[in-house]
Amino acid sequence: MNAPNGSEEKVTVAVSLRGISKLFDDVTAVDSVDLDIDDGEFFALLGPSGCGKTTTLRMIAGLEIPSSGSLQIFGDEVGSLPPNKRPVNTVFQNYALFPHMSVADNVAFGLRMRKVDKSEIADRVQQAIALVRMSGMENRRPNQLSGGQQQRVALARALVNRPKVLLLDEPLAALDLKLRQEMQFELKQLQREVGITFVFVTHDQEEALALSDRIGVMNDGRLLQVGTPEEMYDAPADRFVADFIGRSNFLKGTLESPEVVCLANGQRIRVPLVDAVTVGDDVQVSLRPERVMICDVDTAPEGVARLSGIVENETFLGNSVIYRVALDWMTVEVETDHRPDVERHHAGEHVDLWWRDDAVAVVRP
Amino acid sequence: MSVGIAEAKRDRNERRRGLLLALPSFAYMILFFAVPLVIVLVYSFATRTSTGSTSLSDWNLDAYRKLGEPIVRNVVLRSVVLALVTTAICLLVAYPFAWFCAHQRPVVRNMMLVAVMIPFWTNFLVRNYAWRLLLSSGGPISSFTEAIGLGETNILFTKTAVVIGLVYAYLPFMILPLFASIDRLDRRLIEAGRDLYGSGSQTFRKIVLPLTMPGVIAGSILVFVPSMGAYVTPELLGGGKETLLGSYIVTQFLTARNWPVGASLSFVLMAVMLVSTIIYFRSGGKNL
Repeated sequence: MNAPNGSEEKVTVAVSLRGISKLFDDVTAVDSVDLDIDDGEFFALLGPSGCGKTTTLRMIAGLEIPSSGSLQIFGDEVGSLPPNKRPVNTVFQNYALFPHMSVADNVAFGLRMRKVDKSEIADRVQQAIALVRMSGMENRRPNQLSGGQQQRVALARALVNRPKVLLLDEPLAALDLKLRQEMQFELKQLQREVGITFVFVTHDQEEALALSDRIGVMNDGRLLQVGTPEEMYDAPADRFVADFIGRSNFLKGTLESPEVVCLANGQRIRVPLVDAVTVGDDVQVSLRPERVMICDVDTAPEGVARLSGIVENETFLGNSVIYRVALDWMTVEVETDHRPDVERHHAGEHVDLWWRDDAVAVVRP
Repeated sequence: MSVGIAEAKRDRNERRRGLLLALPSFAYMILFFAVPLVIVLVYSFATRTSTGSTSLSDWNLDAYRKLGEPIVRNVVLRSVVLALVTTAICLLVAYPFAWFCAHQRPVVRNMMLVAVMIPFWTNFLVRNYAWRLLLSSGGPISSFTEAIGLGETNILFTKTAVVIGLVYAYLPFMILPLFASIDRLDRRLIEAGRDLYGSGSQTFRKIVLPLTMPGVIAGSILVFVPSMGAYVTPELLGGGKETLLGSYIVTQFLTARNWPVGASLSFVLMAVMLVSTIIYFRSGGKNL
C-alpha cells in the first residue's frame, strides 16, 4: 500500500519480519527471525516439525501474537492486529471447512463477514468455485467431498477474499502421493493465475523445491537460510540446510583462506569463494553424493581434488548405484548413474574419488 | 466357507449372550416404568365417583376435557414460564463455564467436572432445606445485603427463590452436555472464522453456536423437562403460594382425590416432552 519512499523501482515487500520471536511459556518457538517476502512470490517455509515454521505462519495470520519484533504486511505494522483485521487469508492444515455449511456458504463466509453486496458475493463465489474447478458442487457439504475437493474449497474460500497474502499450512500433507503431485502442479498454476503472494509451510523438501520461488529453511526456531531452490541446493550455508535439502557428505576441515579448506586428513582443497564463514574457522565441506566421481586408482583427471578409498558396499537402485567408500578417516557416499557407459565398481575395490572445485559448498558445522 | 459359518454362529451366540445380559434391565424397565405408565394411562380414562374413589368401569375422556379449563391452563402456563426462565438462566450460566472448562488442562477440567457433580452426593431434600436457610429473612444472604446497606431481602417463598432453587438443582444437566459438545468443537474452525474476517461475536454466532447446538438442545431438554414437573423445590422454596404443575398433579391425587385428572395431566405432560424430544432427535440432532 504505502510503499517506502525511494523503493518504488524495487520489488514491493509483501511481508516483512524484523526480529520476530515467539515464546510459549519459557519455550522459544521462534527466535528473532528476519525475513522479507516479495510481492507475487511463492515462498516456502521449510523445516522439520517443531521448528517454528507453523508458528511463524500463524503470526503472519494473526493467530499468534509475536512476543517481540516487528511484523509488516505491505508496509503496515500488523503485529498485534486480530486476524480479521489483516489482509491475509489462510488455508488450514486439514482445511478447517465449516461442517455445517455448504461449499457455497463456506466460500461466501469471508465476504459475508465483511458485508459485501449480496449480488457481488454471488458473483465472486461463483468465480472462486470455478477457479478451483468445483462448479456444480456448490450445495455439497464438506463431509461429502474427497480430500482433494476439500482442499480446493479451502483454497476458494481463502482466495475469494482477494487477500494480499495467502498463507498455506501444510496444504498438501493430508493428500495421498498421487493427488499431492497433481495438487502441487495446480497450486503453482493457481498462484500464477491470481498473482497473489503465497507463503506456505511444509516439511517436505521436494514439495518446497518443486513449488517455490524462494525457500526459507528453519530449525529450532531460527531461520537458517533463504534462497532460491537452486541456491539452497547448490550453496547451502549451513550443515542443517545441506542435510535437510537433499543428501550430502560432510568433510570436516578448517577454512585457511576464502578459497582453500584444509581437510581433517591434512589435504588442502580449493572451494568456491566463501564469505559466510571467517578464515580460520572450523567448517564442513558439503559434497553431494551425485557430484563425487568414482574411478579406478590413479585415473582421475589432473588438477582436481581427489581422495582414495575402498568400496565398502554398493546398493543398486535401478537408475543409479550408491557406493559407500571407506577412506581412512571417514566414509563417503557416492551416487552414479546406472548406464552402460558408466563403469561399475564392486565391494573391496580400491578406487579414487574426485570432484570439480565448484561441486562443493562450505557450510557452518 | 466354513469360516463364514463359524463366524455367523459366533455372532448368533454373541447376540444371545447380549440379550441375556440385558434381561435384568429390561425386566426392571418393564416392571417399574412401562407397567406404571400403562396404569396411569388407564386411570386417565376412568371416572371419579362422588365419594372420591375411582371407578374403572366407565371409560370416558372427561379428565382430558378438564385440562382445557382456565385453572389448569393457568397452572400449565405458569409452569412453562418458570421452566423457560430456569432453562435460559442455566444456559447463560453453564455455557461460559463449560467453555472455560473445556479449555483447561485435562487435570483441571476433570476436577471442575467432579466439582459440578459433588452436590449430587447430598440428598436433594437436604439441599433444598439448605437453600431455605440461606434465603430466609434472617439468613446469610439477607444479613449480607443488610450489612452493605441494601436492606433485608425476602427472597424465600417468592418465584425468585423457586428459580434459584431450580437453576441450582439442574445446572449440572446443562453443563455436562454443553461441555461435551464444546470439547468436541475443532478449534481450528474458530481460527478459520477469525481468519475469514469474522469478529469474535460473529464467529461465535455463525460457527461456535451452530456447532455446539446439539449440546445446547440436549441440556435445555434435560433442564426444561424436570423443571416443568418440579414439585419439591416449588413447595419448599416457593412456599406453595403459586400452584405449579407438579404440585397441582400431587393435589389431584392426594387432596382432591381426582385420580383421573392427575393421571391425564401427567400423561399429557409426558407425551408432549417425549414428542418434542423425538422431533429434535429426528431433525438431525443425533450426535449427542
